[in-house]
Amino acid sequence: MAFEGLGERLQSTFDHMKSRGKVTDEDVKAMMREVRLALLEADVNYKVVKQFVNSVKDRATGQEVMKSLTPGQQVVKVVSEELTQLMGGEQAEIAKAAKGPTVVMMVGLQGAGKTTTSAKIANYLRKNKNRQPLMAAADVYRPAAIDQLETLGRQLNMPVFSLGTEADPVDIAKQSLAKAKEEHYDYLFIDTAGRLHVDDSLMDELQRMKEAVNPDEIMLVVDSMTGQDAVNVAESFNEQLGITGVTLTKLDGDTRGGAALSVKSVTDKPIKFAGTGEKIDAIEPFHPERMASRILGMGDMLSLIEKAQTDVDEDKAKELEKKMRSQDLTFDDFLEQLGQVRNMGSMEDIMSMIPGAGKMKGLKNAQMDDSQITRVEAIVRSMTREERQQPSLMNASRKRRIAKGSGTTIQDVNRLLKQFEDMKKMMKQMTSQQKGKKKGNFSMPFM
Amino acid sequence: MSLFQRLKKRMAGEAAEEEAREEAKQEAQQEAQEAGKEEAEEEQRVSLSSRFREGLAKTRSSFSEAMNELFAQYREVNEDFFEELEEILISSDVGVETVMEIIDELRNESLLKNIRTTEKLTPLITEKMAEKLDRTGEDSKLNMNPDGMTVMLFVGVNGVGKTTTIGKMAHQMKAEGKKVVLAAGDTFRAGAIEQLEGWGERAGVDVIKQQAGSDPAAVIYDAIKSAKSRQADVLLCDTAGRLQNKVNLMNELAKVKRVITREIPEAPHEVLLVLDATTGQNAMSQAKTFREATEVSGIILTKLDGTAKGGIVMAIRNELNIPVKMVGLGEKLDDLQPFEAEDFVYGLFKDMIEQTPADAEER
Repeated sequence: MAFEGLGERLQSTFDHMKSRGKVTDEDVKAMMREVRLALLEADVNYKVVKQFVNSVKDRATGQEVMKSLTPGQQVVKVVSEELTQLMGGEQAEIAKAAKGPTVVMMVGLQGAGKTTTSAKIANYLRKNKNRQPLMAAADVYRPAAIDQLETLGRQLNMPVFSLGTEADPVDIAKQSLAKAKEEHYDYLFIDTAGRLHVDDSLMDELQRMKEAVNPDEIMLVVDSMTGQDAVNVAESFNEQLGITGVTLTKLDGDTRGGAALSVKSVTDKPIKFAGTGEKIDAIEPFHPERMASRILGMGDMLSLIEKAQTDVDEDKAKELEKKMRSQDLTFDDFLEQLGQVRNMGSMEDIMSMIPGAGKMKGLKNAQMDDSQITRVEAIVRSMTREERQQPSLMNASRKRRIAKGSGTTIQDVNRLLKQFEDMKKMMKQMTSQQKGKKKGNFSMPFM
Repeated sequence: MSLFQRLKKRMAGEAAEEEAREEAKQEAQQEAQEAGKEEAEEEQRVSLSSRFREGLAKTRSSFSEAMNELFAQYREVNEDFFEELEEILISSDVGVETVMEIIDELRNESLLKNIRTTEKLTPLITEKMAEKLDRTGEDSKLNMNPDGMTVMLFVGVNGVGKTTTIGKMAHQMKAEGKKVVLAAGDTFRAGAIEQLEGWGERAGVDVIKQQAGSDPAAVIYDAIKSAKSRQADVLLCDTAGRLQNKVNLMNELAKVKRVITREIPEAPHEVLLVLDATTGQNAMSQAKTFREATEVSGIILTKLDGTAKGGIVMAIRNELNIPVKMVGLGEKLDDLQPFEAEDFVYGLFKDMIEQTPADAEER
């Protein structure tokens, strides 16, 4: 069916090739057709696809591939490299002004996610780079757009500059810049109204705003589900405003995100951020090479590790590790760990980053459901302090009470106890194996 | 007149007169209708709808001409021609599979019927396209409950324009003299409730709401109760945007629908999936999953006023048989229009047609 990912699609094409030792012209043709179709189905613009297929074709049929021992795999490599190349090679950072506040103008079509993304990037910069951002609500057209930004500001405890819906957006931008300068903010995010790239009067407004505040970054926010039209949108925003960067949103959907390739290749401006969920911290720097490998079904282990590093408290992790070794692991530790896993995002997010998880049949259909974690948490919280410290205390009447208290069944409680014991055993094995080797300082249950 | 006939005539340039007559009639009707309304509103309405019609009329007259001109470049039916056609359709997001289907059928039929010139293939092309879009012709109207309250549930991914569409629809239905109530079922996104309230104020209709973060099913339940007691004709239920691969959120949506059906067995009378025309192939996945969760009965295609063509609805109609019922053509209150398959097919070829003269000069 058409809805497997680009990676799976290419994979199945290449699976056929990998089994052979030699690539014939016929193979190349068939393969290129598959690549072309797969990319088109992934919403990569057809012109971009044409270019891409041509460039891959030359390399794929070239000497380096044909003479190698494993031509099939070489072709995969070529495709993946070209894909990365097309998406921008290296990772690009958000602009930083040499002096004073860095002004970032957020622009894009309606519904792309500008308001949410403004708050997400501002929060990201504060959390990871220790910058003080100010957000300005310059979308005076959409009902409640200002409310939305203000609500987000309140949630984040982050200042929002607003002059209401009657003010002129250009004026709002100017005054917010004055405030940002005066109060020494590091970043100013101007949330502009969504507009069609063919809407001349609104585009004109953006141009005037650009002249007024001279932004260091004009960030085009693009919905990753965008189809063929992505090139038109990107091209005209770029022509009229000279965008400096792109943020892709809604990448947590099941879209194959071909828009990323299209936008990059027509504007030649780097994709800087990727929005990966509804939660406010669901944003990450865009990594072209990781994205390419994700598209190709090779997983995104690096992002997962980074996420673990930023979200998990290192001291606690070390303490936990010690406990695991000494086998003093209690349900309290377990609970803490659950909390840390939760901080990293939904199970779904985490699973999607594990290589091959998408291909494992059982996992694909398994509900990676956060409510399961909630249930486990409820069970543990229904235990007394002694029970948490000493799981061996558990007997039938205690289990009954716990099941009742957590709204689960005795079977659920038993299952958890068994899993917990298994986990301890596994830890024991792992730690004894690891002795002498370099030790990782992070491990998680269930994974 | 069937869609196919109309298209065929249009291709041949015969329809112009007839349409002019029909249009004049419609205009007269519309003016009579509008006469009773508030002045400011009327002014806006007339200018907008006529602007829309004018825009279309202008392009209509040149359609057959331009189409001919284009096909004149490819007089012969050959692989280059099919490739070009394929690209046009793909660039409109029609979807590879449906495009291949159309092209294969055309290729076969041209062989079978020994069609060698593109001129003779033209009617066949439009026939195919119409077939894919308008199978039965009649199910593109909104299903209204003839006796009692009509409940419509709006679903879709984030940012497609659900709330805006509800606002526009509320405005139109109110203008038709219906008593409309809105249910603020998007309790998740910051500012969503305020946004719907804004629309409610503009349209002058009541909005039933609870606090942000409350259970959407409870909000909808409340809304049904109070809409009933207010003897509303229509209840439009907003829901939070959700990506279709979030199983929990889809379950939540299914629950909202169950709550509606429990209160009014034949409701919701419409489950409308709002699709953004700029969306590519993912729209198919959206249609499939939302249909599974809520038995989607129709599509509202928004943001068609940009350069995006929303061709994916052709594939959706073809594979899932979900009809498009309304299209969003702009930001104004009156920019929500009934779907016309004919206009839509025209739209797919529009750019190509407009580009043709310039291209021809280059050659």
